[in-house]
Amino acid sequence: MAVLNEEQSMLRDAAKSWTQEKSPVTAFRKMRDSGVDIGYDAKAWNEMAEMGWAGVIIPEEYGGSAFGYLSMGLILEELGRTLTASPLIASGVGAASALALGGSDAQKSEWLPKIADGSVVGALAVDEGAHHAPEKVALAATKSGAGYSLSGTKTFVIEGLAANLLVVSARTSGAPGDKDGITLFLVPADAKGVSRKRLALADSRGAANITFDKVEVGADAILGAADKGWEVLEKTLDRVRAALAAEMLGAANQAFETTLDYLKVRVQFGQVIGSFQALQHRAAKMFTDLELARSAVEAALQAIDADSPDVPELVSLSKAKMGDVFHLVSNEMVQMHGGIGMTDAHDSGFYLKRARAAEAAFGSQSYHRDRYARINGY
Amino acid sequence: MADFGGGDPEAFRKEVREWVEANFPAELKGRPNPMMREERAKPSEAQEAWRKAVGSKGWGTPTWPKQYGGGGLSSAEARVIQQEFGRAGAYNPIGGMGVMMFGPTLLEYGTEDQKLEHIPLICRGDVQWCQGFSEPGAGSDLAALQTRAEDKGDHFLINGQKIWTSGAQYADWCFCLVRTDTSKKHEGISFVLFSMHQPGVEVRPIKLIAGSSPFCETFFTDARAEKKNLVGPLNGGWTIAKRLLQHERGGLSGAGGGGGMGGRSLVDLAREYVGVDDQGRIADPDLRTRVVQHEIEGRSFQQTAVRAMLESKGNSGPSAATSIMKNAGTSWMQLRHELTLEIMGHQGLGWEGDAFKPEELGAVRGWLGGKAFTIYGGSQEVQSNIISKRILGLPDLTQHN
Repeated sequence: MAVLNEEQSMLRDAAKSWTQEKSPVTAFRKMRDSGVDIGYDAKAWNEMAEMGWAGVIIPEEYGGSAFGYLSMGLILEELGRTLTASPLIASGVGAASALALGGSDAQKSEWLPKIADGSVVGALAVDEGAHHAPEKVALAATKSGAGYSLSGTKTFVIEGLAANLLVVSARTSGAPGDKDGITLFLVPADAKGVSRKRLALADSRGAANITFDKVEVGADAILGAADKGWEVLEKTLDRVRAALAAEMLGAANQAFETTLDYLKVRVQFGQVIGSFQALQHRAAKMFTDLELARSAVEAALQAIDADSPDVPELVSLSKAKMGDVFHLVSNEMVQMHGGIGMTDAHDSGFYLKRARAAEAAFGSQSYHRDRYARINGY
Repeated sequence: MADFGGGDPEAFRKEVREWVEANFPAELKGRPNPMMREERAKPSEAQEAWRKAVGSKGWGTPTWPKQYGGGGLSSAEARVIQQEFGRAGAYNPIGGMGVMMFGPTLLEYGTEDQKLEHIPLICRGDVQWCQGFSEPGAGSDLAALQTRAEDKGDHFLINGQKIWTSGAQYADWCFCLVRTDTSKKHEGISFVLFSMHQPGVEVRPIKLIAGSSPFCETFFTDARAEKKNLVGPLNGGWTIAKRLLQHERGGLSGAGGGGGMGGRSLVDLAREYVGVDDQGRIADPDLRTRVVQHEIEGRSFQQTAVRAMLESKGNSGPSAATSIMKNAGTSWMQLRHELTLEIMGHQGLGWEGDAFKPEELGAVRGWLGGKAFTIYGGSQEVQSNIISKRILGLPDLTQHN
């Protein structure tokens, strides 16, 4: 755990006690069983917003607290422990970062206070296929009168069904794969021509495919500059990736601790199974990897707060390392629990499903290893 | 940090710089420390002069107390010395096991007389120490050691065999674990010191797979240790041994994370030996993936080292992260050697001769020597046991007494 200042310690303690009291894993199970289509409990989200969590990275003049990304990561780590589902990453990190980095004064004044108080949920509509590939934008934005007309489809938009505001990457010139020619648009989710289809994913969280059929927006819907959206998009994505890695860190640590507790109570052959060296050494390996991953995740968040030039590589490093470790720990959680770990009544399956969904979101391990190598020139 | 005790850091830097300029023999510039090599058996005049100069200032052991021959300096001042030595291309001539392991342990557990007798000689580099711990039947299970020390009134008579005694062939003194009570395991072990220059001590270097002989078998036949050189209480040696191993493991894990290897990066080597594609990527995609993975692992190890240091300063108590450093660091180093060899292909398999560059010959020897990283100082498996037991609180089935 990084060395924290006073406000960070208070935030973390608040998040810890809230998730334990109000949002244990049983709350996630209840949400899943309820079949709620947005993929989170709106009442719990309201409580989180009331505590100011949606505004942690938003500047004070726009209604946030500007505590920064490490602070946001501390909250997300606690939420991750109990698999608490919420639009905090999509809205409080994704949409909020895009606006803070690229928005005009008018755009920031219009949206950031509402994102900060939770009354608006924002989401990033970026990908168009089965894999994260933010430069492969085909969704077309063509000039139409004084504004633009958007047509195309976005896939796997996280919190896409709940969102009121979509940050959409669209192509205004060039071809899919070009970084130039991408433009970001702010599109209200209820705009004419936007249709959303809920995706029921294994991890039971909120996601949607969104089709844009000649959606008319004004020129003032452009976030940043036309054709030059890539820089803001990539910076925004890095903030989302780092935040997601923090959530994964919490979930992976809880998956490990739950497993460790089980090793200390499950008796076979007349002794607790945690006395077997075959399991002890695998536990030691997981602990080692979790410590390494924690360092990588915290370093990425701290680099964002310091606006350091090595944010892209540190973020890719953390998402790749964290993905590998969550992958391992979630598999071991099921294996070490044995038969009980295969049952829906046990929590192991939740962590396993969340692990894969989080690994795939905003770039898998192989995506980020490749990106890390490219950034470093090989 | 008020590390300079009210003194002026820049004035101290100037003092060190001027002293190094006046005392460091130019012919040694950029040379490695002979301490770690076979040439330490017959050092040159310049090497001896440099050792004596640094030793008499206590600057080779800068943070050790002045009354025992250390520098009596703060850690900030020690860093200045390190930086200034580095700037001048000078090595620290005071080192070895006396500095790394035995000295810190004796400062903690020794009597005043013992410290006054042994520490100044370490600070001056006059005496080299070796570690008599492992035995043929006591490796990972170190407390099973059988070398016996018999009480002869004013001294002990020592009989038995040690193995993997690093540098025993150059050592003047040995810090040794001996059995003083055969009815108990851990509580029957004592920590004694004796001279290696006596008739009852015989040393046989062991040739390793890498071709060199950094370790020895050491035989004791009625070797003599004076009673005044018993450290800690009789049968109380195990506690001291565990503390000393912490110093050893701390030193070993520091090799990881890119610090200790020197040389070129894997990426540079891969560009040369494997080539790049039209986008500048390492041409072999499978190898490229593994190189990236290894780089990411190394960075996260370095980040953990930094985090552990900051946490031990900023939070209360030691950081849990320190417990993972030996395994994470040594396995990373080993994999680096494996990848280096693979990247060099056949050129990375030369044993000797002018068909191979020194860098290539070094790669083979480094790869073979590196196999020891996960064995010595507590094997990978013993470290995993320690994490399981002490950090994770899992039951310990390896203690039978």
